[in-house]
Amino acid sequence: MDASLRPDPLELVCPAGTPAALRAAVDAGAHSVYCGFRDETNARNFPGLNFSPEELEAGVAYAHARGVKVLVAINTFARPGAVEVWRDSVDAAAIAGADALILADLAVLDHAAAHHPELRLHLSVQAAAGTPEAIHFYTETFGIKRVVLPRVLSVEEIARLNREVAIETEVFVFGGLCVMAEGRCLLSSYATGKSPNRVGVCSPPSHVTYGDEDGCLTARLGGFTIDRYGADEPAGYPTLCKGRFRTDNDYEDHLFGDPLSLNAATLLSGLQAAGVKAVKIEGRQRGKAYTAQVVRAFRRAVELVAQNRATDDIQALLAPLSEGGGDTTGAYQKTWR
Amino acid sequence: MADIELALGPCFFNWPAERLRDFYARVADEMPVERVYLGEVVCGKRQPFNDAVWPVARDRLERAGKTVVASLLALPTTPRERRLMREMAASVETIEINDMGALADRGGRPFVAGPLLNVYNETALALLQEYGCVGWCPPVEVPLTEVATIAHAVPEVETELFAFGRLPLAVSARCYNARAVGRAKDSCQYVCGEHADGMGVRTLDDQDFFAVNGIQTLSHAVHVAAVAPERLQAAGVRRLRLSPHTTDLVAVAQAFRALLDGASEPSELLATLESLDLPGAPCNGYVEGERGVARLAV
Repeated sequence: MDASLRPDPLELVCPAGTPAALRAAVDAGAHSVYCGFRDETNARNFPGLNFSPEELEAGVAYAHARGVKVLVAINTFARPGAVEVWRDSVDAAAIAGADALILADLAVLDHAAAHHPELRLHLSVQAAAGTPEAIHFYTETFGIKRVVLPRVLSVEEIARLNREVAIETEVFVFGGLCVMAEGRCLLSSYATGKSPNRVGVCSPPSHVTYGDEDGCLTARLGGFTIDRYGADEPAGYPTLCKGRFRTDNDYEDHLFGDPLSLNAATLLSGLQAAGVKAVKIEGRQRGKAYTAQVVRAFRRAVELVAQNRATDDIQALLAPLSEGGGDTTGAYQKTWR
Repeated sequence: MADIELALGPCFFNWPAERLRDFYARVADEMPVERVYLGEVVCGKRQPFNDAVWPVARDRLERAGKTVVASLLALPTTPRERRLMREMAASVETIEINDMGALADRGGRPFVAGPLLNVYNETALALLQEYGCVGWCPPVEVPLTEVATIAHAVPEVETELFAFGRLPLAVSARCYNARAVGRAKDSCQYVCGEHADGMGVRTLDDQDFFAVNGIQTLSHAVHVAAVAPERLQAAGVRRLRLSPHTTDLVAVAQAFRALLDGASEPSELLATLESLDLPGAPCNGYVEGERGVARLAV
């Protein structure tokens, strides 16, 4: 990039778990919002969330009237013998006027590329395409225009990758943090039978139980103890990969990942310099007040970064919003590994 | 109808070169498997230590009449790992790919889609067939009824069912063996090598749960697809895949061969395997569409 040119701000891609959250994100300054249908075709298939085709159409109208794009995530893997359910979702999103689809499954990409050539296709993080070679395959095969990078790469690696790929890259900068390569994790499926890849739920509430034992609160998933909290400790949700476990070599702690959220606000200028096109906020399961607060802070941050100005005050705005109060820059810093 | 074959999957664990040499020598001499997958699929940092083992093992296995397939890394990241992936993808040999990136340079030459690749339905498999896919080991969570749907829709691609071993559940950028001893992946000192079947992970109530193997997480339990051969054939399964462990794999393969030959029942297979030194309790829930950890009657 020519250093004398001021770059466009990073595109801010914001979560919309409900029509109300969509409006909140649009009003708070999102450049784009992403959402999904109320079924197993999207990776945030939780009760009380998501959109009917009619709600999506209304959401698209609201967003477009304010110059905001709507990206529709159809990013689970289609069930054998039922691929038409996923194809129908693609068709419904096209009819509703989506600006782009976020897809992971070869079958769904194939349908969208063949039947909706006018629609922009983004490769979902669930496809876990983290190398120029993998991205090249999806670009050549389906004409994808953007890849959402798996949360396994450092900022330096993202910069190197961007020098080798022709399409746009999008990265997560805030919210829940998968510690496994996305789309390649069956832990929740193994313990509960509900597969993130197949039905779009991870550590589902239907399999969570809390028990009070000896003054301690025990959080279980599928009957497996995920964590235990003393009377003075704040209890968390038993997300499998954030649990406390013991190992054969006498380790006892958060083996897979600490119960922290991702917060890469301090890395925005580095990500912009690395050639990233868009930054994404996780949290379709969050309420509209939270969504509005995070979106407002990040919109300000991406504008400041584009003007090469400091973003110090952003951290103060975001601090109270992190999961369990703590955050991490995750794999963007190599030592996380 | 053709007999169901047996295959030995790639070794997931960080075994020293000497152990790998001895293991594959015994596979060549004694194990009743038609096919062997060779190569490091979990961690690129281990590759320099064992790269010299594979050509020797391949030669010995091929002389013993086995088909050898090179397996590629699941999560190539560094320039060196990517270069190796491209070189292998460019070769004429049949390879097993575990990351879509390997397809970019494949040029239509034959490959097997490994269980770590997200191929979940008949349309996806048919598409890969156009790119040269000749064999397919479904993701371990796909139930047998759904494997059958896919296998029947794309019969030219041979279906291979993951049938024995700790289930490969996840890969990550982070090394958990290193983390458990207070190190990062870059300074791991190869501690994963201390756990030849993976390091056991228990809940705070000491319930066995997972096993970690570098950047990979496996089930603690040992998946055993003890399914009658008639049912496997009806489902379109052409081959069963056994995953290497420190357990006597020759005995494991012989027990599966007896089942496939009609010389034993599924319950007998399970009893035989339980008499061996398995790294975890048996499980089989995924075969029937239950959670993977479930142990259902056979």
